[in-house]
Amino acid sequence: MKQIITALVACMLCAINIGAVAGPEKDRKAVLEHHKKNLPNVKFEDYVYGALALNPDAKAQYDEIMSFPPYLNDMDTAKAMWEKPFGNGKTFASCFPNGGKNVAGGYPYFDNDAGKVVTFENALNACLKKNGEPELKYGSHELTLLSAHAKSLSDGMKVKVEVKGAGALAAYEKGKTLYYSRRGQFNFSCAVCHINYAGKFLRSEQLSPLVGQAAHWPEFRAGTDATSLQERFKQCQKNTRGVPSELNSEEYNNLEYFITYMSNGLPMQTPVFRK
Amino acid sequence: MQNKSSILIALAVVLAAGVSPVVAAEKAKELTGRDIVFERSKGNCLACHGIPGDPEAESPGNAALPFVAMKGRFPDRAKLRAQIWDATAANPNTLMPPFGKHQILTEHEVDLVTDYVQGL
Ligand code: HEC
Ligand code: HEC
Repeated sequence: MKQIITALVACMLCAINIGAVAGPEKDRKAVLEHHKKNLPNVKFEDYVYGALALNPDAKAQYDEIMSFPPYLNDMDTAKAMWEKPFGNGKTFASCFPNGGKNVAGGYPYFDNDAGKVVTFENALNACLKKNGEPELKYGSHELTLLSAHAKSLSDGMKVKVEVKGAGALAAYEKGKTLYYSRRGQFNFSCAVCHINYAGKFLRSEQLSPLVGQAAHWPEFRAGTDATSLQERFKQCQKNTRGVPSELNSEEYNNLEYFITYMSNGLPMQTPVFRK
Repeated sequence: MQNKSSILIALAVVLAAGVSPVVAAEKAKELTGRDIVFERSKGNCLACHGIPGDPEAESPGNAALPFVAMKGRFPDRAKLRAQIWDATAANPNTLMPPFGKHQILTEHEVDLVTDYVQGL
């Protein structure tokens, strides 16, 4: 009897393990296939442009703005923040492999010891803490700017989020569930807008596809308004009369984990301009 | 400014007629079916549906079919009302909000919208 139970438990574990490998990758391919069917003219690399990839006129305007972006001064400030030595003489570069170059594509990751998702902003704050400096507030202009410069050191790196092990898979699944859950008075889910109706216009706003939504953050909205990915989550939920979560909440970190996984394989580009 | 003076006129009418100002003020600003369809804080139907026959229906979305020949497509008023009241009943994956079921609009407003849309 005991042996049968042991065998059963072992088999359940092996099923979960196979799921950990097949689940997210299968999900990503299915979403990509769905987009390809509805948006046949978008090249894979171009998903990083979001809705702009679907609209040549808007893309031409974007290219013009990006050749001399209005946020250049902010990026100088951001670079100075990254390079400024801490009280102990070390810098942010000391906290990351390769001085912080080509690392951001691996974020968020699941930390098995802590049992939770670690975002790139979490890693920046962990670096401050480790060096005896005060941490920055999530959603603050400082942290968003700092993150914009730090992530730009990974431009061109392909997004490479991993989901390995039961804890990671559970966090991914929670993020996925949130993305697909209908909430609020309007009964919208992220998925209805950004998967089912991607490419359609709501008034004059064209809906970006899920794939590519997370390869270019933070972004500057309306010129100089530095915005983190999680602030964008809040905005979408507010716009649709939903109840937004807190920045850096477990809920949003799991959502960021899921969304960023869906951008796997795409070249990072930070920061970018958006309306 | 124009709003203010129309409120004043409405008030004057109310006082002259000796009706309770509250009731009459509500009456004075009751939205029509068309108002509700256009108004962003109400139906906001234009977010997704165009109205090709109405030049004031500017830059609508294209997530759904435009409102044309509605009487032909929806001869049955109850069916049209049901679609507006809860679009998820016919299509669980729909983008369209359940205006009646989730009380985005009142039952009366759903009626006004149904009549207006059926006439398009
Ligand atoms: C009713 C439709 C709607 C819903 C629901 C919605 N969004 Fe959006 N979202 C938009 C629109 C419109 C934009 C602006 C155009 C664009 O870039 O897609 C946008 C933009 C975004 C962007 C920025 C894309 C970019 O490249 O700048 C992200 C990320 C995003 N949404 C994520 C979400 C998430 C996560 C949810 C759910 C919590 C959600 N959205 C729910 C309509 C919606
Ligand atoms: C956010 C998007 C959205 C909004 C806002 C919206 N609709 Fe729709 N509507 C749709 C979609 C998508 C369909 C296609 C059928 C389906 O999926 O239910 C639809 C279908 C319909 C239909 C069915 C007939 C047809 O043309 O296919 C009617 C009638 C309709 N809507 C009326 C309205 C009215 C009236 C309002 C405002 C009170 C409204 N809709 C607001 C998205 C929307």
